[in-house]
Amino acid sequence: MYKLSNFLLACLFALSVNAQDNAGLKLPTGFSATLFADQIGTARHIAINDKGVLFAKLNNANKAGQSIVRMEDANGDGIAEKITGWGKYGGTGIYVKGNQLYASSDDAVYLYQLDANGEVTNPTSPKTIIQNLHSRRQHASKSITLDPKGNIYVNIGAYSNACQEKDRSVGSKGMMPCPILDSAGGIWKFDGTKENQSYAEGKRYATGLRNVIGLDWNNTTNSLFVTQHGRDQLNTFYPTMYTDAQNADLPAETMYEMKEGDDAGWPYVYYDPFQKKKILSPEYGGDGKLEGGKNALDPLVAFPAHMAPMALLFYKGNQFPAKYKEGAFIAFHGSWNRAPLPQEGYFVAFVPFKNGKPAGEWEIFANGFAGADNNKSPRGAKARPCGLAEGPDGSLYVSDDSKGAIFKISFKK
Amino acid sequence: MQTMQFKIVSLIMFALFYCVQADAQNMQKGKKIYETRCLACHQADGGGVPNMNAPLDAASNVVGKDIARLVRIIRYGYNERIALDGFYYSNAMTASPDLKDNELADLLTYIRNSWSNKASAITVAQVQAAKKKK
Repeated sequence: MYKLSNFLLACLFALSVNAQDNAGLKLPTGFSATLFADQIGTARHIAINDKGVLFAKLNNANKAGQSIVRMEDANGDGIAEKITGWGKYGGTGIYVKGNQLYASSDDAVYLYQLDANGEVTNPTSPKTIIQNLHSRRQHASKSITLDPKGNIYVNIGAYSNACQEKDRSVGSKGMMPCPILDSAGGIWKFDGTKENQSYAEGKRYATGLRNVIGLDWNNTTNSLFVTQHGRDQLNTFYPTMYTDAQNADLPAETMYEMKEGDDAGWPYVYYDPFQKKKILSPEYGGDGKLEGGKNALDPLVAFPAHMAPMALLFYKGNQFPAKYKEGAFIAFHGSWNRAPLPQEGYFVAFVPFKNGKPAGEWEIFANGFAGADNNKSPRGAKARPCGLAEGPDGSLYVSDDSKGAIFKISFKK
Repeated sequence: MQTMQFKIVSLIMFALFYCVQADAQNMQKGKKIYETRCLACHQADGGGVPNMNAPLDAASNVVGKDIARLVRIIRYGYNERIALDGFYYSNAMTASPDLKDNELADLLTYIRNSWSNKASAITVAQVQAAKKKK
């Protein structure tokens, strides 16, 4: 009896914690959060339909053998009570356009049909839109977004850190030109309706991007924006040039607006946010000061190094205060390559935009994902933000790919 | 007779003390190598990075018996898609071909006896034997 009452007390406590402390998140005044779902699996990107049904793409199939999870909150209490799923293959990308749902594996993109209730009608027989993309372990995940004309943009990450002759090896030179760039290290564009496309049918839309996981179409500028994961291990391979502390701050994680044919400079340069310059990579003869990448873009926004931007979302709704309209939310997974210095990230950031351009410094919007003990080791983090979606009512959803939590963040006037 | 017993006991005590001392020294040396070469990716807690860098803490192959494989991975690096305890890790591991036999032994002793790991220490002779295995 004593044990039972203790258990009930614990349950009550857990419930009240969930309600009062915003599912453990730290948010700006006026915002609140609920744990929309938990332990659904390794939830990478998320997408939502116009009725508020949320879909998550899992990196690996979960215990129920599903790799796409469908979540519905019919009673509107901020917690999904109907959770189902389908699909067997792991992946990252997911996108909903009307009653069509796109999902990616690490080498292909599939298209599913949804019915009026947002239920999938062809769970085992999707159309294969894109196939046979490079998936060579490193940076293999394929993020996707669509433009209003129905073109689909796919990130094909570079299967390398800095295009060295021997990847991640001390003293190995950068290859010139980098042979990876013909088929990876950029964004590829395909027709969102045609089946069985691959490199021959697609087009390299933008290049010089080591690995993009966050990308979104901006309706104000009618153009593609991406966030890049900067290179690792400057101190490991060039200890005489970079200290541990310098490596922890270099290079910046970057946001770009990518128009057709644009080049962001990888692997030849990285962006130094202190000198505010594109610096020649040491693998290509750089010394930490020599500049390079004359024809490469400068980033629109530079974030602290190694925080790993996993998702980018331009806010279209009216629920949040006016300053958030058209601004960018970025989910940061949390760093590992700042070690031995403390890790950073594990939060959702916000960048205000005006007329399609950044209009102020970036700020932390939602924090506390790593857990109260602030143990920011990648393995020890309670949650690692990975995907973002905006509901039809303007609420913001954040997915976590470590334990499989989905957070719903709302604003009340 | 008593002095003989005393001598034997002291000898054993001395040997034990010497071993513990040697282990502590090896652990300390191994830790130093770990911090300069391994920590950046495998992390201070030995936990690695999910999906990217394999964990060493509680990893079956680190505390396992195949010392030759561990020596090979450290010396030549690693870039294969092989699951470790059911998970895949995507990043290529840097080779450390310059580590001497005693350094390899110290490093292996350290990673096999840090965090939650508790496995046998590795001797220079074991490293040398491992190197002969292909």
